[in-house]
Amino acid sequence: MAEILILMFGGMIIGHVISSRKKLVNVLEKLIMWSIFLLLFLLGIAIGRNPEIMQALGTLGLTAMILSLGGIGGSVIMAYVLWRIFFREKKSSHEE
Amino acid sequence: MKNSLYILLFFVAGVLFGYGQWIPAWLNDTDPSKYALYLLMLLVGISIGADKSSLLLIKSQGLRLLLVPLATIIGTFAGVLLVVGLTGSLSIREGLAVGAGFGYYSLSSIIITQLHSEALGVVALLSNVIREIITLLLAPIMVVTLGRLAPITSAGATSMDTTLPIITASSGKEYAIIALFHGIILTVLVPMLVTLILTI
Repeated sequence: MAEILILMFGGMIIGHVISSRKKLVNVLEKLIMWSIFLLLFLLGIAIGRNPEIMQALGTLGLTAMILSLGGIGGSVIMAYVLWRIFFREKKSSHEE
Repeated sequence: MKNSLYILLFFVAGVLFGYGQWIPAWLNDTDPSKYALYLLMLLVGISIGADKSSLLLIKSQGLRLLLVPLATIIGTFAGVLLVVGLTGSLSIREGLAVGAGFGYYSLSSIIITQLHSEALGVVALLSNVIREIITLLLAPIMVVTLGRLAPITSAGATSMDTTLPIITASSGKEYAIIALFHGIILTVLVPMLVTLILTI
């Protein structure tokens, strides 16, 4: 699915070129929200009409919750390490 | 915040429409979601390219700022690998793809639905919504126990918008700029990482 990345990079170049045209950029950014609304509505329909997924919603939710906890847990531990080594030390060296 | 609500409303409305078999006829003949995703990715790229603020931030704050999103990426992937290994409920690739949403549930669930399956798309949607909610609820506690960077990494890509107010309130105003930058970097990386994880 290289199309996705190619389109995104192509968009970045276009965005860079038109970055001074604020009104146009604003309109395009509104379009982003509407594309997201449309796509999630379509995803909802695809799920709602699929009895297998509807029956598995509980299991899928539990899987989702476990992944969230894993991701957050790992992130905050890394944040703690970074804070102890880098950010907090930098603050105390300021005070010296 | 308002947009998050609309996003969930549209999704729930879709589920109800689909469940009630109340589906517009044109949807049975064609699936426009692939082309809608293409349009979305082009637009996301344009909005990134048109936004100079992240480049300016790097110049003013230095590369030290990059350590925070890096910590989030490493921490998230390590944590996801751990729980996937412990529960075995998903493959490593599936778990990492969901984790690479970093709280950006709309875009990540859309891409995962297209590239993998609707079921994993639902997991990505729920998991990344939960990530945002847990951050909103626990940010003050995280600061006290794990330091001022913790709510920022927990927030993932949302640290630039929906969770920025709670981060600023919990970690302090001087961390708002770090949170903003962190969110911008992860927002740019989400579509790339999710796509790469599912295609390589």
